[in-house]
Amino acid sequence: MARSVTARSAHRRPATTKLRALVGWLFIIPALSFYAVFVLRPIALTFQYSLYEWDGIGPSTWVGTANYGKVFTDPDLFDSLINAFKLIVFFSAVPVVLGLAIAATIRRITESRLALVARTVLFLPQVIPLVAAGIAWSWLLASTGVINQLLSLIGLGGVTRAWLGDFATALPAVGMIGAWVLLGLCTLLLLAGMSKIDPALYEAARLDGAGPWREFVSITVPSLRQEIAVCVTVTVIAALASFDIIYISTQGGPGNTTMVPGLQIFYLAFSEREVGTASALAMVLMLLVIACALPIQWFAKDGNR
Amino acid sequence: MISSRREAWIGRLLLVVMMAVTLLPFLSLFVTALHPSGTYPAGLAWPGDPQWGNFLRAFEAANMGALLWSSVLIVLGVVPISILLGTMAGFAIGHLRVIGSRVVFLLFVLGLTLPFEGIITPLYYQVRDLGLLNTRWAIILPLIGLFMPFSVFWMRAHFVNMPAELSESARMDGANVWQLFRRIHIPLAMPAISSLGILLFLWTWNQFLLAIVLVDDPTKRTMSGALGAFQGQWGTDIPLLCAGSLLILTPTLAIFLIFQRHFVKALLQGSLKG
Repeated sequence: MARSVTARSAHRRPATTKLRALVGWLFIIPALSFYAVFVLRPIALTFQYSLYEWDGIGPSTWVGTANYGKVFTDPDLFDSLINAFKLIVFFSAVPVVLGLAIAATIRRITESRLALVARTVLFLPQVIPLVAAGIAWSWLLASTGVINQLLSLIGLGGVTRAWLGDFATALPAVGMIGAWVLLGLCTLLLLAGMSKIDPALYEAARLDGAGPWREFVSITVPSLRQEIAVCVTVTVIAALASFDIIYISTQGGPGNTTMVPGLQIFYLAFSEREVGTASALAMVLMLLVIACALPIQWFAKDGNR
Repeated sequence: MISSRREAWIGRLLLVVMMAVTLLPFLSLFVTALHPSGTYPAGLAWPGDPQWGNFLRAFEAANMGALLWSSVLIVLGVVPISILLGTMAGFAIGHLRVIGSRVVFLLFVLGLTLPFEGIITPLYYQVRDLGLLNTRWAIILPLIGLFMPFSVFWMRAHFVNMPAELSESARMDGANVWQLFRRIHIPLAMPAISSLGILLFLWTWNQFLLAIVLVDDPTKRTMSGALGAFQGQWGTDIPLLCAGSLLILTPTLAIFLIFQRHFVKALLQGSLKG
């Protein structure tokens, strides 16, 4: 049977392969055209716009790389990039570190009914629109909100404030909203990874007298390399490309303290009509995201070999 | 034994605390929504006279019926086409392994991490030139393109693992490529397709940026985009805003609770692969 198949296909190969390639391309072309028209072409156009000064209506002037120079020298624009990196601390570090700690602690009770309920509850932030999360948290963090109520309750009435309206606390406050959205996802991803670790490893470690901390450092974390990389990638991208939460909760204010590239692009292109500058910032943002995502992927792949 | 029992209790406690933190914003929205409209209720306090009518007023103020319908239309435009095109391309790249498909695949992978803000400006002019500004097509068509990298990536990951013998034997029976795809591979791909469908539904429904940039009329936007407009209009009436937000997140919440197993699985796999 197998031999007759190879004999036949060998005999008919030239014509069949060509035909198959043609048919195969017919399967790819529709997807590729949508992608080309609505993603690749706009990327190329963003690059083109970034080399001109244009108000979106009148004639445009060639300015070379001046717009890029502006992105890195104009404090308003450059600060938005810095803010995006500061947000990484909250969007990535907090959910991943806390998620690891929580997942390691609840690893033993993942089969309990409580844990099953928790699985559903912890996913809620992933399901609702970020806009709704932004509105809910703006209200929680307001001067008369629940956070201040809780703080007063435990005797910290002195630090209460309008968290999103204060120059010193607005960025961390926005970051906490992001951490809230991403913590559940990270915890569950890491838990799923932990369930694949051989329990015998833990037993062996216990027999050798290892405490929970030692276990965590020498077994849990190394085995979760792949999952940690995924969490970091997803959350770093969420931080760099954040838009919805900030648009709703602070609009970049107070001052420029919570301005991020995504929001800045939106304002530059559609309110201030500086399409060239907006596009240069957009190019920088797209390259930054790729520059951050690729190394993390390589790091994860190396660990698998 | 004693130490592991203590660990289990600490674990339970942590879980409960985490759930409380997760639910707090929802609880606050709910309690605040019941206060008389126009007031600034302080923190979490159950109102003396719960105003259940706020939900009805928010439903009317936000024109919820029209919003729901609009979101449904947008989802119906985006999800089936994205699934079909993504599955076809994933099949050709992952299973047929057409010459040159590796390059195409790399091209798609490049788009996986693309922030939508990066291309929103040219997209605006492009959609305007197509004459589609302020129509639902302004959201539907770009979203199909933007979801294509993930759809293709996801479906390819499924088809790569399908044994080649499966197709060979069907070819022996005289099936052409389309029949092979339609009769044999689509039924086998159903789990991957339904997970993809769930993710695409969620991402479409919650899409915000495209909605606020490309469509001015809230009743032609997605739910999420309409909530942005609702906040702009009613932002000073906190109880009404909270009631409106709750209403707007109810549909996804309801669908999530019904299909929660699929959702959790799809989302976990989705981030692992993406």
